[in-house]
Amino acid sequence: MTLDADTMRHLSEVQVSVELETEEMTLNIGPQHPSTHGVLRLVAKVDGERCTDVRPVIGYMHRGYEKLSEVRTYPQITTIVNRIDWVAGYANEVPFIVAAEKLMEVEVPERAQYIRLILTEMARIASHLVFMASYPLELGAATPMFFALRERERVLDLLEGVTGGRFHPNFNRIGGVKPAAGSGPTTKKTPQDLPAGFYAETRQAMERVLEVCDEIEDLVAGNEIILARTKGIGLLPPEVAASYGVSGPNLRASGVAFDLRKAEHYLPYDRFDFEVVVGEHGDCWDRWWVRLEEIREAAKIVIQAIDGIPAGPLRAKVPKVIKVPKGETYVRAENPKGEMGYYLVSEGGQGPYRLKIRSASFSNISILPWILEGVLVPDIIAIMGSLDFVLGDVDR
Amino acid sequence: MSSFLSDLFSNFWVALAGKLLLVATLVPLIGMVLGFAEMKLSAKMQSRVGPYFAGGRWGWAQLIADGIKFFQKEDIIPEDADRPVFKLAPVLVLVSTVALFVVIPFGPGLIFRDLSVGVFYALAISSLSTIGVLMAGWSSANKYSLIGGLRAAGQLIAYELPLVLAVVGSVIMAGTMSMQGIVQAQIDAGYPYVILQFVGFGIFFVASLAELTRIPFDMPIAESELVMGYVTEYSGFRFLFFFLAEFANMFTLAAIAATLFLGGYWLPGIPESVLDFAGPVILVLKVFVLVFAMIWFRWTFPRFREDQLQTLAWKWLIPLALTNIAVTAVLKVVL
Repeated sequence: MTLDADTMRHLSEVQVSVELETEEMTLNIGPQHPSTHGVLRLVAKVDGERCTDVRPVIGYMHRGYEKLSEVRTYPQITTIVNRIDWVAGYANEVPFIVAAEKLMEVEVPERAQYIRLILTEMARIASHLVFMASYPLELGAATPMFFALRERERVLDLLEGVTGGRFHPNFNRIGGVKPAAGSGPTTKKTPQDLPAGFYAETRQAMERVLEVCDEIEDLVAGNEIILARTKGIGLLPPEVAASYGVSGPNLRASGVAFDLRKAEHYLPYDRFDFEVVVGEHGDCWDRWWVRLEEIREAAKIVIQAIDGIPAGPLRAKVPKVIKVPKGETYVRAENPKGEMGYYLVSEGGQGPYRLKIRSASFSNISILPWILEGVLVPDIIAIMGSLDFVLGDVDR
Repeated sequence: MSSFLSDLFSNFWVALAGKLLLVATLVPLIGMVLGFAEMKLSAKMQSRVGPYFAGGRWGWAQLIADGIKFFQKEDIIPEDADRPVFKLAPVLVLVSTVALFVVIPFGPGLIFRDLSVGVFYALAISSLSTIGVLMAGWSSANKYSLIGGLRAAGQLIAYELPLVLAVVGSVIMAGTMSMQGIVQAQIDAGYPYVILQFVGFGIFFVASLAELTRIPFDMPIAESELVMGYVTEYSGFRFLFFFLAEFANMFTLAAIAATLFLGGYWLPGIPESVLDFAGPVILVLKVFVLVFAMIWFRWTFPRFREDQLQTLAWKWLIPLALTNIAVTAVLKVVL
């Protein structure tokens, strides 16, 4: 980021206490607001309908994950980590577990990896369907919400059937996944695995998801007013996106074909045939469209994974008391919101010495002052919605 | 019996009292029925059920329950609010809606007052609500309300012009501004004016959506941006006034559209003798069709941005309406 005059002006004016200026109106959007995806506060200087300066104030949802994980053991951390981005609960657990397994040099059995992949893709579908529901609602169209959330219920039911939790699965264990479908002692005689009927239900659910994608596309994509509200709004050039650390569908909508599912090897994505969806212009419309196509791709991946899932153990043999050897590693994953990374520093204890969480939404909303400068007030909502962030992910 | 009634009502004051009573019951009733229709129809469009518990499985008592709820709420007025203006604003909005009922012809002879400038009166009175909205936004001592009120003022004024210009075509074809006269002219012509004045009908419908500040012209309220826009600080029965005014206004604007374009209380093929009884039914049916379209639009479309809204009004609807008037006038003289 070059320190030009604009940037210097931004940096020099970082003060949270806002003085009321006479020509412009200082409008405080949030933290309680119907459409800021949580407790985000935007201090906007508005001149009529045009906003001249926007300063996001975050931290209202800071829960201290990194400090918490310093005083927790690894199995305890898996319980809390899925609450960072609660819309896609399962996807937050995977990179953390993979980081710990990397340091322990544990080989995760194939079946467990496939299950992780399936559940991660389902989490992606769930998260993007929430976007499909809430984004048109912010623009004023109330109906797509019901279509999207109706199908999301199926995916959540599947997740609940496997893991026991809709939003907070807590399903990963070091070395694999939890023996599924139920609590209680796992006796050697009854290895608990995926619930009965899981494959058939999943196939049905994915088919319905693909159908609802068509329905939503019919309702939203051809709608003149939605096109007028989103095309050409919130243009994000790829260089700016990359320099601010924007990742995930936001980056791909700007034309950068970068997907960590293909670039990294935290899960066996290379066995499946799927496309990296790339947009053209980087406006709000492209960000919407990229996410819609990603739902379709994710459904395809799930169906392929279901068809090819191997038999085998669900968890590798690990000692009862887990101690991760000394070392540090960074594992990043393609979360629905973007790139989520865990930098794990271990001193050989039962818990990490330091766990740094690189969350996708934090970097995604760092672009807000740049992208919201000089836009009209309704466009603030449209652009913010299209970035699809969650405050739990921002503040951790 | 009927002679006793006609003697009774020939007294001006009794007739006036009767008419006032009728309007006073009709407006909340219509508001409730249309509100309930909106709830149920929107539910059907969104794979939901809608009101279910109030009043048996149908949920028909939902709006009655809502009305009672609003009445028993605490009347909260913000401390910095401009009290007289704050209190007067919803009254003004409701009054302008109720006053529109005066010129709607429900049947031949079933009109509160057949003004010879009926159309002019209707459009003029409906624009009074603009002032009420501005007052509400200004006096609420709330930045969001202020933004909503200013947006509303801009939008309502912008869409007054297409609204007015769109009906001029019908007035030219009928040759009179009285509402009864226009319906009579359509009866005499044998076809509802929408067949030739479809442009005017379309513009009137779109402009009336904007006058009602319904989605897609929802910017003044813009629930996801400004909480509730200019209505934010209103609670209890003051909010009920706004709420009722919106639904009653839906009815009246749809009724005006039905009268001016769709033939009012008359359908081609119905003998005129039946119109005394069938007239109100026919008009209400037409109004329901139009209200259904309004509800359908509301739940399908998102909202326009303010500048797109203004562009639509000034650059598209007004030139279109002016062209419509010119063409109608020329054809009326030529043909």
